[in-house]
Amino acid sequence: MHELSIAQGIVDLVRQHVPGERARDVRTVRVRLGALSGVVADSLAFCFDAVVDGTPLAAAQLDIEGVPTEAACDDCGRRFAPADLVFRCPACGSGRVRLLAGQELQVVHVELDEASETAPARSGVSRP
Amino acid sequence: MTVITIERKVLAKNDEIARQNRETFDRHGLFVFNVVSSPGAGKTCLLERTLEVLGGSVRLAVVEGDVQTDFDAQRVARYGVPVVQIVTNGGCHLEAKLVQDALASLPLDQLDVLVIENVGNLVCPANYDLGEALKVVVVSTTEGDDKPLKYPGMFRNASVLVINKTDLLPHLDTDVAALRRNALQINPSLTVFETSCRTKTGIAEWCDWLKARAARRA
Repeated sequence: MHELSIAQGIVDLVRQHVPGERARDVRTVRVRLGALSGVVADSLAFCFDAVVDGTPLAAAQLDIEGVPTEAACDDCGRRFAPADLVFRCPACGSGRVRLLAGQELQVVHVELDEASETAPARSGVSRP
Repeated sequence: MTVITIERKVLAKNDEIARQNRETFDRHGLFVFNVVSSPGAGKTCLLERTLEVLGGSVRLAVVEGDVQTDFDAQRVARYGVPVVQIVTNGGCHLEAKLVQDALASLPLDQLDVLVIENVGNLVCPANYDLGEALKVVVVSTTEGDDKPLKYPGMFRNASVLVINKTDLLPHLDTDVAALRRNALQINPSLTVFETSCRTKTGIAEWCDWLKARAARRA
């Protein structure tokens, strides 16, 4: 249920950034997903397929980049990957711990095939 | 292959509306908190007890979020406070836009505190900023002492933990000390209250805290 509205949010972002006539050329949607984002990757991929089915984005695949949890201790400065969900510094035992990574839920980029032959000429699309 | 860079948070739209909500709350000097829990932990009961105690001295209003029915809004309305019911029709959490729309029907300049009672769910509401000052997570003793470890996202994002239904402890194996310890391991900065909405134990302490917190905003 939750993943469905996230999938719709991803599609909305893609539609905002990809010119309408190029939507059907989108092959890959790269998403950054933190371990603590509360979103299940398999469910998200499933929901994404359901949301794009029958739309110009039907051929697009989600490419999910998992981001592990990373934290830093505010007392001794140690950076560490919390082994479990309890955030305590392994070096000094402090509970004053700041999250550096793991909550990401972002659309990174989309990859498109070269324009379909029938598509009109366009501008504003950057090439790497 | 062409690449179009997007680099945007999926919830950017929600975060933007939450920012607008926060501006609105600041403009009206409103203290706003978002109450989250699993279904049946006692969010609405805690609200009712709170309204009994603070109804005369603090100007409160309530936004009720439910998947279906306006039962909770009816319960709260009996205390004579402004209440708006949001029915999500299946949605598992409140989003900032739903709250923004609800604000239109509230007399914001005549209020001190706005309580947003979220949909009963310890997962999704953690991800959606509504513009509130803080989240209050309610856990009932019947849920056992390991909820904080099972739903760490919610406990990490909350500022206050209310352990409710303490009157049932004699009948349960739940260890409140372990529940507290588990919650504080996940989030050492949590302020913890123990309440029984039935016997009203601990309600005064919670209400004193709430009143003091609201006064800081005025």
